Amino acid sequence: MSASPVYLDAATAAPMHPVARQALLAAFDDGWADPGKLYSQARRARQLLDAAREATALTLGVRADEVSFTPSGTTAAHGAVLGGLAGRRRVGSTLVHSAIEHSAVLHASERHVAAGGTATGVPVDRVGRLDVTAWSAAVRAPGVALAALITASHEVGTVQPVAEAAAVCAEAGVPLYVDAAQSVGRVPLPAGWSVLSASAHKWGGPPGVGVLAVRKGTRWESPWPADEREGGRTPGVVNLPAVVAAAASLRAAAADAAAEAARLAPLVDRIRARVAADVPDVEVVGDPVLRLPHLVTFSCLYVDGEALLHALDRRGFAVSSGSSCTSSTLRPSHVLEAMGVLSHGNVRVSLHRETTEADVERFLGELPGIVAELRADAGVVGL
Amino acid sequence: MPDEVIDCRGQRCPLPVIAAARRLPQLPVGTVVRVLADDPAAAVDLPAWCRMRGQEFLGSVKGPDGPAYDIRRRH
Ligand SMILES: Cc1ncc(COP(=O)(O)O)c(C=O)c1O
Repeated sequence: MSASPVYLDAATAAPMHPVARQALLAAFDDGWADPGKLYSQARRARQLLDAAREATALTLGVRADEVSFTPSGTTAAHGAVLGGLAGRRRVGSTLVHSAIEHSAVLHASERHVAAGGTATGVPVDRVGRLDVTAWSAAVRAPGVALAALITASHEVGTVQPVAEAAAVCAEAGVPLYVDAAQSVGRVPLPAGWSVLSASAHKWGGPPGVGVLAVRKGTRWESPWPADEREGGRTPGVVNLPAVVAAAASLRAAAADAAAEAARLAPLVDRIRARVAADVPDVEVVGDPVLRLPHLVTFSCLYVDGEALLHALDRRGFAVSSGSSCTSSTLRPSHVLEAMGVLSHGNVRVSLHRETTEADVERFLGELPGIVAELRADAGVVGL
Repeated sequence: MPDEVIDCRGQRCPLPVIAAARRLPQLPVGTVVRVLADDPAAAVDLPAWCRMRGQEFLGSVKGPDGPAYDIRRRH
């Protein structure tokens, strides 16, 4: 089938912003030297790195020396969790986290538990919003070293009550780490956090650049072998051309963020309404109002998630799924599980600056027929 | 005790849910069906299906046959 491709998986990786491409190419000429050395090529590289850090800090609303560039959002999350725990090990060894954190945070937590620490997962409600009462109880318990909360769910788009969670943390004297990968460059950041991580390929930067921000005064200690680069927070040489491109595209994305959110949020609302109206037996999940402007998730009863992804791919639509048959572990998404919503037949659609109304209309026009065909093939019509 | 057992062991999602959806309406209201299902998605999807269809999810049991889920036909 020769359908023109419609890419709807920006929450995994947004298409590269034109500004990122330009900056990347320019930095290949200008930014290949090691910024730590003492010759002119290195000084030029240092200038580029410093400028990228200044620009990123400005967008995040922090000081430049609080920002480190890491090799991915995943490494930034690992560093945030393990470093936050290491810095407060004399206070305690408990990590409090929401049940819907990204796997990068949960895997760091597993490492902590395997090393003798403890972790407390805090539940969410049916729309994927943190249970603030349970969070308060968990954070106030003795021996809590760090609390981790995603700013908005990468799977269902529900924005988390970060301000409330942060107030509880401040009162208890527990630092708050926020995984802001789906928010940075798209929506204003909440206040009250001590550590933040983000990922450049979510905002239109190149893949393989993460951001770790640690506010001054936070007890954070690098969990990695010693290395003086990037403020001592993440080892190894930075991929400078990619970092330059990440910073340039972040500035561009942040400048357009309000306008893009105003353009995409109604398209997401349209998808939520039309999928619910046009596809029988579908569960549209996530908070209908307090949500990211670019991401929407639904599950189709009796439909195999993998078959649905393949059928959509054949028609040119690239989407993601939290269904177990689409994961390497063959387990359903822990986020859908924590919410108690249907996990099979699951589709996550995420929009970006190149997504047009016509793309969304074509998706909405074809989806009901695709689902109906899969249900007919499986003999589940009318169940 | 369940009135009937549906064995969905070895079946992947969404087959256990489909099996329950096929069988339950054939039984009298009030009947309790136990679904044996070792696919981890069944633990999420059987309760979700009951909620969507207004049927009663009684709970999960871990027996010698692996994970099982009890459902009561309510209407
Ligand atoms: C919320 C969240 N955190 C962390 C990550 C990891 O970022 P990266 O893909 O750069 O490793 C992602 C992306 O998958 C994400 O969506």
